[in-house]
Amino acid sequence: MAEPQADTDGVTETETASAAARAVPAPAGSVRTGAGPATRNGPARRDPWDVPPEGLLTRLGWGVRAYCFIAAMWIRSTMAYRTSFVMMAAGSFVSSVLDFVAIMIMFSHVDSLAGFSLHEVALLYGMSATSLGLADLLLGSFDRVGTRVRDGTMDTMLVRPVPALAQVAADRFALRRLGRIGQALLVLGWALAGLRLEGGVWALPLLAVTVLGGTAIFGSVFVLGGAFQFIAQDAAEVQNSFTYGGATLLEYPPTVFAKDVVRGVTFMIPLAFVNWLPALRLLGRDDPLGLPGWADFAGPAVAAGCCALAGLAWRAGLRAYRSTGS
Amino acid sequence: MDEDFIVLEGLEKVFQVRRRAGRLRRERREVRAVDGISFTVRRGEMVGYIGPNGAGKSTTIKMLTGILTPSGGRLRVAGVDPSRERTRLARRIGVVFGQRTTLWWDLPLRDSYALMRRMYRIPEARFRENLERCVELLDLGGLLEVPVRQLSLGQRMRGDITAALLHDPDVLYLDEPTIGLDVVSKATVRRFLSGLNATEGTTVLLTTHDLTDIEQLCKRVMVIDEGRLMYDGELSGLHEVGESERTLVVDLERELPPIEGVDGARTVRTDGPRQWLAFPASASAAPIVSQIADGWPLVDLSVREPDIEDVIARMYGAS
Amino acid sequence: MRLRGVYFAVAAGSFRRYATYRIATAAGVFTNTVFGIILAYTFTALWSERPHLGGYDQSQALTFVWTGQAILAAAALIGGGFQEELQERIRTGDVAVDLYRPVDLQMWWLSADLGRAAFHLLGRGIAPVVVGSFLFELALPVSPLAWLAFLVSVTLGVVTGFALRYLFALSAFWLLDGAGLNMLSTLLSMFFSGMLLPLTVFPGAFGEVVRALPWAATMQVPADVLLGQYEGARLSEAYTFQAVWAVVLMAAGRALQSLATRKVVVQGG
Repeated sequence: MAEPQADTDGVTETETASAAARAVPAPAGSVRTGAGPATRNGPARRDPWDVPPEGLLTRLGWGVRAYCFIAAMWIRSTMAYRTSFVMMAAGSFVSSVLDFVAIMIMFSHVDSLAGFSLHEVALLYGMSATSLGLADLLLGSFDRVGTRVRDGTMDTMLVRPVPALAQVAADRFALRRLGRIGQALLVLGWALAGLRLEGGVWALPLLAVTVLGGTAIFGSVFVLGGAFQFIAQDAAEVQNSFTYGGATLLEYPPTVFAKDVVRGVTFMIPLAFVNWLPALRLLGRDDPLGLPGWADFAGPAVAAGCCALAGLAWRAGLRAYRSTGS
Repeated sequence: MDEDFIVLEGLEKVFQVRRRAGRLRRERREVRAVDGISFTVRRGEMVGYIGPNGAGKSTTIKMLTGILTPSGGRLRVAGVDPSRERTRLARRIGVVFGQRTTLWWDLPLRDSYALMRRMYRIPEARFRENLERCVELLDLGGLLEVPVRQLSLGQRMRGDITAALLHDPDVLYLDEPTIGLDVVSKATVRRFLSGLNATEGTTVLLTTHDLTDIEQLCKRVMVIDEGRLMYDGELSGLHEVGESERTLVVDLERELPPIEGVDGARTVRTDGPRQWLAFPASASAAPIVSQIADGWPLVDLSVREPDIEDVIARMYGAS
Repeated sequence: MRLRGVYFAVAAGSFRRYATYRIATAAGVFTNTVFGIILAYTFTALWSERPHLGGYDQSQALTFVWTGQAILAAAALIGGGFQEELQERIRTGDVAVDLYRPVDLQMWWLSADLGRAAFHLLGRGIAPVVVGSFLFELALPVSPLAWLAFLVSVTLGVVTGFALRYLFALSAFWLLDGAGLNMLSTLLSMFFSGMLLPLTVFPGAFGEVVRALPWAATMQVPADVLLGQYEGARLSEAYTFQAVWAVVLMAAGRALQSLATRKVVVQGG
C-alpha cells in the first residue's frame, strides 16, 4: 500500500498512487492498428483557461456560495406555483401540530409525566423540534443519496465543478419545511411564556446556542446517513432512527427512559447535547447521569466535532463510490 | 501538450463483484471492466469509441471525467489527473450522458442554464453568446421555458448538449448521444457536433451503438471489447482488418439451384429466385457480375456494402 | 379467471421484489425497534401515572406499541409502498399507458400493495415484536384463533390504508408537488391510526370522531383485535367497520380514477 496522498479534490487516493508506480503500457500487439488517424488542424481555442488549484478554505467558501445559489433557484422555482407552496407550508404546519397534540392528549390524563409538567415537556419539545426542523430545511435531501447512486444521477453531480456535498445538500431545497419550524417555535414560545427559566440573562443565549448546536448535530446525522448510503443504497431509513427517532426521544424528559438509554444517547450518539443537558439546567433540575457542570455548555464543541466527523464520513463514502461505481 | 491532449497508459479499472452463489455463500469475483487501455487523443480530434454493451465504454468515460478512480495505469486530460482534480477539471470538460439528463428534471431549461452559468462561473456576455448560438443551431427556441420533464427525448438531448457547452469546454464527452432519438433529432445533433468540432476546435470523444454516428462524424474510431482496445484507426481501415465482405444480391428469372463456380464469390443464401453472393470487400464486383450475366438468366442485381456491425461482430468473434 | 391469475402474479411479484431489498428491510427493522423502544418508555411513564388509561393495563399498552411497530410498514403508515411509484408514473405521463391496459389500474396497484404488505408484515413486523417482548413485558395472546382474527383484521386494514393512499396518489394528476401531499398523508395516518397514541386515549367527542375515521381501521382496530378488546360477536363489528371504510374508499378511488382518465384522454396523454 502506497503512502496516502492528499489532493485538491479532498479525497485521498491510495489506489492511484500505487497503481501509477506499476503502470505498464499495454502490450502493443493486442491492438490492431489501421491506417492511423488523419491529421486535421483544429482552429485555436478562443480563450483557453486554466483554473488554479484551490485550498480547503476557498473550496469551503465556494461550496457555501454554490449551496446558496442552488437553493435560491429551487426557491424561485417553487414560488412560481405560489398557491401550491402556501398550501404545502400550511399542511406542513398543521400536520406537525398534530404531533404536539398527541402530547397534549397525554397531559389531559395526567398532570405530570415522569415528574415534568406540560410546559416543561413543551420546552424540550420546542427545542428538539426546532433543531430538527432547521436541519431538515437546510440538509433535507440526504435521504436521496442512495436513490441517486442507483439511478446514476450522482454521476451528473460529480462532473460539475461544485462539491458534491453542496449539491446534494441544496438539492430540492424546500421552503415549505418552514411550516414545521414555525410550529416548533410556537410550542417553544408557549413553553417560555409559562416557565421561569434559571440562569437569568444567560438563559435565552444558552437556549439559542443549544438550538443551533442541535441543528448542527442533526445535520451531521443527515450527512452521515447520506455517506452510509454510498455503501448501502437502501439504508436511507436508518438515519430516520437517529434523526426523527432521536428528536422524538428528546421531546420527552430523560427521566422517562432507563438510565442506559440516556447514557447511550449522551455518549454514543451525542444527541443529549441537543437538548437534555442544557434544558435540565434551564429548568433547574439535576441531570440523571450526574455529569459535571461544564457538560451543559459542551454543546457547541460537540456539535463542531460531529460536523467534522460527518465531513470525513462523507469523503470516505464518496471515495468508496468513486472506486467502485454503483 | 496539444498532441497528447488526452493520454491513457495501460488504464485499468477492476471491480469487485459479490455474487450470491447458493443460499448463504457469496462469491467474490474480479471484473476487469477496463483492462489496460492505452491511447492518445490530439486536441481538436473527434474520436468514436465503440464496443458492445459492457465492453467498458462508459467506465472509460467515467474515469476520463474523474467520476471513477482508475485502479491502475496513468491518465491525463489536458495535463491533469481527472480523479485527483475532478472539480478543477470539470470547468474544462463537458459531459452528455445519453441515458440520463444532467439537467434539473423539474426546472425549465432556462433555469437549468442559469444555474450552469453560476456553477461554471461563466462570464455573462459569453454565456449569452453561447446560449444564443446553441439555441439557434439546436433549434431550442420555444423550449427554454419548458420544464425538462415535459421535453421529448430528442429535445432533452439537445438541451443537454447545450448545457454541456455553455462554459466553452475544451473536451466534450458524449456517452450514447443519439440513443433513442428520432431521425430528425439525430441529424440535427450530428450536424451540430461536426460544426462544433470544425469551428470551435472542441475535442470530442463519443461512445455510440449507432455506427452512422461514427461514419458521419469521426475519422478515427476505437473499438473495445472486454475492456481491451481491439482497433484504433480510420473507419475505412476496419474493413481490411475485419476481413469484411460485400454482398451481391441477384434476382434470377426463376427459382434455380444455388449459383456455383463463380470465381471469387460464393453463394451464401437463396430465397426463391433471389440469391446472395459474398465476395471480399477489396475485390471489384464487375468480373463477378459478368460471369453471372453470362451463365444465368439475370433480371436485377444490387451490391450491398459490408455492414460495419458485422465487421465488428467478426472482430469480436476472432478475439 | 385469467385476470385473477394476473393479479395474483402481480402480488407475488411485488412480494418477491420487496424481499430482494435486504438492506432496506434490515434498516426498517432497526428503525421500528428504535421507535418501539422510545414509545414503550413514554407509555410506561404514562400508564404508571394512570394505570388503566384507555382500557389497557400497562402490559397491554406496551403490546399496543409493539403491535403498532409490526403493522407500521405493512400498512405503510409512514408512506413508502406504491404511492411514489404511481405518482412518478403520473408525473412522467407513463400512466397513460397503464390506463389502456386490459387490467384495472386500481386492482393492479392493490395487488402489488398486498404483496408488499405481506412481505413487510413478515420481514419487518416479526423481528421488532420479538425484540420488544424480550425488553418489555407484553400481553401477547397464545390462542392461534386470536392471531388468525388479527391477520384478518390486518388485511382489512391494509386494504383500507391502500384505498386512502390511492386517493392521495391520484391527486398527483391535479397537483404539482406530490411530496408535500405525501407528507400530509403520512402525518395524518400517523396521528389518526393510533400510531402516536392509542385512539382510545383521545378524550371526549374528539375521541369519538377520531375512532370513527378510516385511519382507525388501519392500526387501532387490528391492535385491539390482537389485544382481545373485541370478543365474540363484537369481532364482526370490528370487521364490518373496517370493511365499510374499505369499500367506500375504494369506490371513491374508482370515481377519482375515472375523472383522471377523462383528464388524460382530454390532454391526449
